[in-house]
Amino acid sequence: MNEIVTFAWWVFAFRWFHVLSAIMWIGLLWYFNFVQTPTMPKIPAELKPGVGKFILPEALFWFRWGAMSTIVTGIILGWMNGYIGEALKLGIGDHSANLTAIGFGIWLGAIMWFNVWFIIWPGQKKNLGLVPAGDDEKKRATRIAGLASRINTMLSIPMLYCMLSASHGVF
Amino acid sequence: MKNPLDSLGQTVLLGFILTAVVVVLIHVISA
Repeated sequence: MNEIVTFAWWVFAFRWFHVLSAIMWIGLLWYFNFVQTPTMPKIPAELKPGVGKFILPEALFWFRWGAMSTIVTGIILGWMNGYIGEALKLGIGDHSANLTAIGFGIWLGAIMWFNVWFIIWPGQKKNLGLVPAGDDEKKRATRIAGLASRINTMLSIPMLYCMLSASHGVF
Repeated sequence: MKNPLDSLGQTVLLGFILTAVVVVLIHVISA
């Protein structure tokens, strides 16, 4: 047993949970941006509450907690691998493209996590009526949340390039 | 002017452009 559950195995286990969480998060981010948002205007008015009242709250639950789990397992993984400090400094002075790449990946992911928890979710709470807001405020919060979601979709592309290239021999 | 983030296609295109910028920065910083 001891030969299987080594430190290296734990590092791998955290990487596994990091990727599982990230698929949950980015999968739902892309669902919102590639499927739900573009389809909403085409859905008949009487069917819209099915999305807004049933699918959206459930999707947002797994979305925001997927984001939280991704960043927590990612920080633990970077710490176990011994590079979290250097990576956060973008590997400046280390002359290691891998460190700089994972550093950019971490910062892009951190910006995305911030957007989820401090812009998208507070905006959606107003949109869903979980937090009281007037019509104008609701409209404004929903618009800002939508733009933050689009920014995260844009950032997910370089973020994944950085995350993957850092450990797959690109540099 | 229309916000490019309102277009899914332009959002994805911006993502790829940003990737190119980040790749250049990675090479410059780590040189």
